[in-house]
Amino acid sequence: MSIATAFEIVLAAVVLGLATWTIAVRETYPATVGFVAYGLLVALIWVRLDAVDVALTEAAIGGGLGGVVLLGAAARLRDAEAVASERPVQVVRLSAAILCSLTAAALGIAILLLPDPAPSLALAVVSNAGATGLANPVTNVLMAFRGMDTMLEKVVLLLAIVGVWSLASDRAWGGRPGPRHEADPDGVLAFLARLLPPAGIVVGVYMLWTGADHPGGAFQGGAVLASMWLLAIMAGMTDTPPVSSRGLRVVLTAGPGLFLLVGLGGLFFASAFLAFPDEFAKPLILGIEIAMISTIAATLALLLAGPPERSPR
Amino acid sequence: MSSATVFGMCAAALIGLGLYGLITNPQPLRKILAFNLIGSGVFLLFGIVGRRGAGASVGNDPVPQALVITGVVVAFSATALAIALLLRLFDTAGSTTLGNPAPTCLHSDSPGD
Repeated sequence: MSIATAFEIVLAAVVLGLATWTIAVRETYPATVGFVAYGLLVALIWVRLDAVDVALTEAAIGGGLGGVVLLGAAARLRDAEAVASERPVQVVRLSAAILCSLTAAALGIAILLLPDPAPSLALAVVSNAGATGLANPVTNVLMAFRGMDTMLEKVVLLLAIVGVWSLASDRAWGGRPGPRHEADPDGVLAFLARLLPPAGIVVGVYMLWTGADHPGGAFQGGAVLASMWLLAIMAGMTDTPPVSSRGLRVVLTAGPGLFLLVGLGGLFFASAFLAFPDEFAKPLILGIEIAMISTIAATLALLLAGPPERSPR
Repeated sequence: MSSATVFGMCAAALIGLGLYGLITNPQPLRKILAFNLIGSGVFLLFGIVGRRGAGASVGNDPVPQALVITGVVVAFSATALAIALLLRLFDTAGSTTLGNPAPTCLHSDSPGD
């Protein structure tokens, strides 16, 4: 057994251990902490699977931002835990365990019986890379070959933020999400909120730019920008914008709106909806990605901030 | 044993674990966590299929990779929406149980804030 395989087995075992902890531990807060650690280790699995684009997304969105949302909720719901601690009877738990083991076993067998040689679209993606002028095959799939998925995913982000905002109470409608954060101006949080954003913003924009040819892209860069904005908000340096703000709404609709417009343009200037004319493909895609990174950053940050809580002044 | 097999078994076990947590744990937040475990197991299955489909000097089939990236972002949106719903339920009803009928509240706004 090579060292690499041994490392993979240990990694898989630790990930499984953390997942078991997340399910089995009695209190919710430690379970959530376990889940955050789990998310970061899953990103490592993605690196081992040679999917660096996915690893970056998983670390930034799955582990990072998702972890913050879950930890915040777990902290707020701590008091509710004592009330809701009735567990199902043993028969239910036992039959659930049997059902779930069978499901896992069936999936395991399916993985062992996957067809050989495996079907692959890698060759088709790489041989058509010239059509867009981008070298990163994943970005090509996201923006050109399966552009419909990516556009609809922006719409899902928009629907999610509309859903979260609509949970506001009548008084707070149109107001600012989340509480006004205060931090000690000489404390560590305020220090980090001054130190990190200049570098973080450069990293986020670089991830967007390099996504054309290397791992990276609008999602990963957007998540980094969102976390920089949240850091400044949590340190009390700035405040969340009121959800009735017109500028904010323009930013939130810019990504899907521009994507849809360019897609419709494809009907007239190229072969189909969401098709790009060959000679303009790269600038068009970069334009959409630039609009998308601001939409993604704003949406992710505001999803974390939650529904409006303070009435507009 | 290839890395696809090791992580494939891991993904299958994750889906089983998540399903068990989803069924047996009564707390909504734990159900959300368990649901995310199932999701991450399904994404890993995609990754394994893509890993086996490596070719043309690409280490992992780009099509499943792109689908997983989209999936991660959608899963995060769904989680954030679910948690916002849960916190709102907690604010208005004062508890998060799904079993008993929640105490009725005439005013939609909690008086506390």
